[in-house]
Amino acid sequence: MSRSMANRFTPYMFMAPAAVIMAIALLYPLGYMVWGSFRDWNPSQTIGEAEFVGLKNYITLWNDPNFRESLGVTLRFAFFVVTFEMVIGVGLALLLDRDIRGMSVLRTMFILPMMIAPVVVGLMWRYMYHPTVGTFNRFLDGWGLPKIDWLGQHALGSVIIADIWQWTPFIFILSLAALQSLPRSALEAARIDGATPWQQIIHIKLPLMMPVLIVTGLLRLIDAFKVLEVILVMTEGGPGLSTEILALRISRTATEFRELGVAAAMSNYLLMLLLLLTVTMFGFTRWQEARAARIRAAVEEDA
Amino acid sequence: MPTIHLDNLIKRYGDVQVLHGVDLRMEDNEFTVLVGPSGCGKSTTLRMIAGLEDVSEGEIYVDGKPVSHLEPKDRDLAMVFQDYALYPHMNVAQNISFALRLAKRPKAEIDKKVREVAETVGLTDFLARKPGALSGGQRQRVAMARALAKDSGMFLFDEPLSNLDAKLRGQMRAELALMSQRVQKNMIYVTHDQIEAMTLADRIVVMHGGYIQQQGTPKELFQKPVNKFVAGFLGMPPMNFLDGEIEDTGAGVFVKGDGFALKLQGERAATAKAHTNKQITLGIRPSDLSYDADAAPADALTLDVMVSEYVGAQSVLLCRCGPAKVMVEVNSETPVALGQTLTFAVNPNGVHLFDRQSEAAL
Ligand SMILES: Nc1ncnc2c1ncn2[C@@H]1O[C@H](COP(=O)(O)OP(=O)(O)OP(=O)(O)O)[C@@H](O)[C@H]1O
Ligand SMILES: [Mg+2]
Repeated sequence: MSRSMANRFTPYMFMAPAAVIMAIALLYPLGYMVWGSFRDWNPSQTIGEAEFVGLKNYITLWNDPNFRESLGVTLRFAFFVVTFEMVIGVGLALLLDRDIRGMSVLRTMFILPMMIAPVVVGLMWRYMYHPTVGTFNRFLDGWGLPKIDWLGQHALGSVIIADIWQWTPFIFILSLAALQSLPRSALEAARIDGATPWQQIIHIKLPLMMPVLIVTGLLRLIDAFKVLEVILVMTEGGPGLSTEILALRISRTATEFRELGVAAAMSNYLLMLLLLLTVTMFGFTRWQEARAARIRAAVEEDA
Repeated sequence: MPTIHLDNLIKRYGDVQVLHGVDLRMEDNEFTVLVGPSGCGKSTTLRMIAGLEDVSEGEIYVDGKPVSHLEPKDRDLAMVFQDYALYPHMNVAQNISFALRLAKRPKAEIDKKVREVAETVGLTDFLARKPGALSGGQRQRVAMARALAKDSGMFLFDEPLSNLDAKLRGQMRAELALMSQRVQKNMIYVTHDQIEAMTLADRIVVMHGGYIQQQGTPKELFQKPVNKFVAGFLGMPPMNFLDGEIEDTGAGVFVKGDGFALKLQGERAATAKAHTNKQITLGIRPSDLSYDADAAPADALTLDVMVSEYVGAQSVLLCRCGPAKVMVEVNSETPVALGQTLTFAVNPNGVHLFDRQSEAAL
């Protein structure tokens, strides 16, 4: 082997152990899941014993009203949490982006919810939502207002509120970082040009933050599709199917209904959805980089 | 167009005071240049006028009315920033028209103004481009055009040319001078480049360490600097300084130092006589020395030529006079050789005397 060849292969040699571990840890389970989704498989069988049924699991699911209901709940959940979290998180960042004494303490407090383990968040909110002894209803009662059936009739809304409480800080810190890296002088120029604080937000701050906001929003969206623990602890998907998001249904299909093949197929549907979002996100960043490169090229041409 | 009056302006950042009482009057249509070394408080002064920094003490009057409590947008001014401060997400036309659009002017008027201003600064072909796709010089023009489009009473510039290369800077400087004649506004221009200051200004304000050192026309400041700092700051190559002592002999009033004894003439002799035996610093500009082999020793400096810098028609000679270094500007045709000891006649009107302790002019 020539020397230059050896040089060329060296990096791959060093990467090989990591690549092998990745392949085993990541690709093997994934392949297992895809393989399993084509079988009528219950937990007492090994995968080899399970009968091959082709696309049957996928087709059954597609026609299953419960699955559709669950998909709808997931989409609604994701849509509402991301929308509210973006609006509140970005709004708070715009509000708190100033040098006032005590602001750093306030900012630190705002990001606390994000650091709490999801199970704890679920337990905490379940207690606060409790129909008789929960914080909210006792409070309402104290003011002489009618109690609200938080985790019953309004379960989805209540679950959404808890998620907003936990994840708005994520949007908040990223927006704040984006805000603080905006070109200062452009904002000063806008002030001189006659922009009111509101107009500065609309015409300068938000457009310049947009790339960060889009990526942040997509990240949250991907995460919102996978949420499980908080809802599992708070409602276990009920009442009825009203808060049964996909992740929860997958876990129940596998453990309660003992249909591993169907659960695997459902996971694959979710995976496809998330892949679509991830590809969108990568596409967006790639597009941005390409645009930046084009602009640089144009400048060099002029020079 | 307004007169602007700064009345004992003071700026503090926490416990640090960076401006120590700036008093300044700028008349109608005047081009005022604030000049001084880095960190002397030029930008701070300008930003206080613009309303981007709070005033710690003192007041700013525009046409006799106090404005220091007003927002920048209510002060009727336009500003060009050192880094241009263009809006990166708007194209050139949108950048230029931003203020007009905020003011809700009719669309036809905005379009007309944008075209007009773009033509003035030569940007007509670039109206649809974003700032990221422009060169430094073009961005600088956009910043200028944006300020022009506003039609405000005063223009503020904070080192608008400092990010350009030398050639472009010269070109833009000339265009700025032309523009300032045409638009007839109050202009306040900050720079640390004394050539920009000398060429553009109606009035130069030299600042140092948060104090105004001197203000006046470029000529006044060049010919009659009030202290050693101003004398050394303006003029290229800079003024030569030689330490000496005033002696009143029977033959006249002399400045004597290590390696020279210069006889003072006329008015200067009279002034110096009152300060006999005082420790002073003698200042002579390189252009006030001329090669003259026949000059009388009392009217000349005898210098050892060490280095000659050829700059074209002129050459700058770096010479030694006792322990001090002296620069001399001569015609490049002058026959000088390195290592020679030559006499250079001193222009009697180009002699400056400074108190060595206080550095104030005598
Ligand atoms: N935000 C601030 N906090 C504390 N000190 C400051 C602040 N801004 C400026 N200063 C100080 O004020 C002084 C004047 O600053 P200024 O920006 O006005 O200088 P300048 O004359 O414009 O200098 P340059 O030519 O480098 O731009 C400097 O010593 C600087 O350190
Ligand atoms: Mg400055």
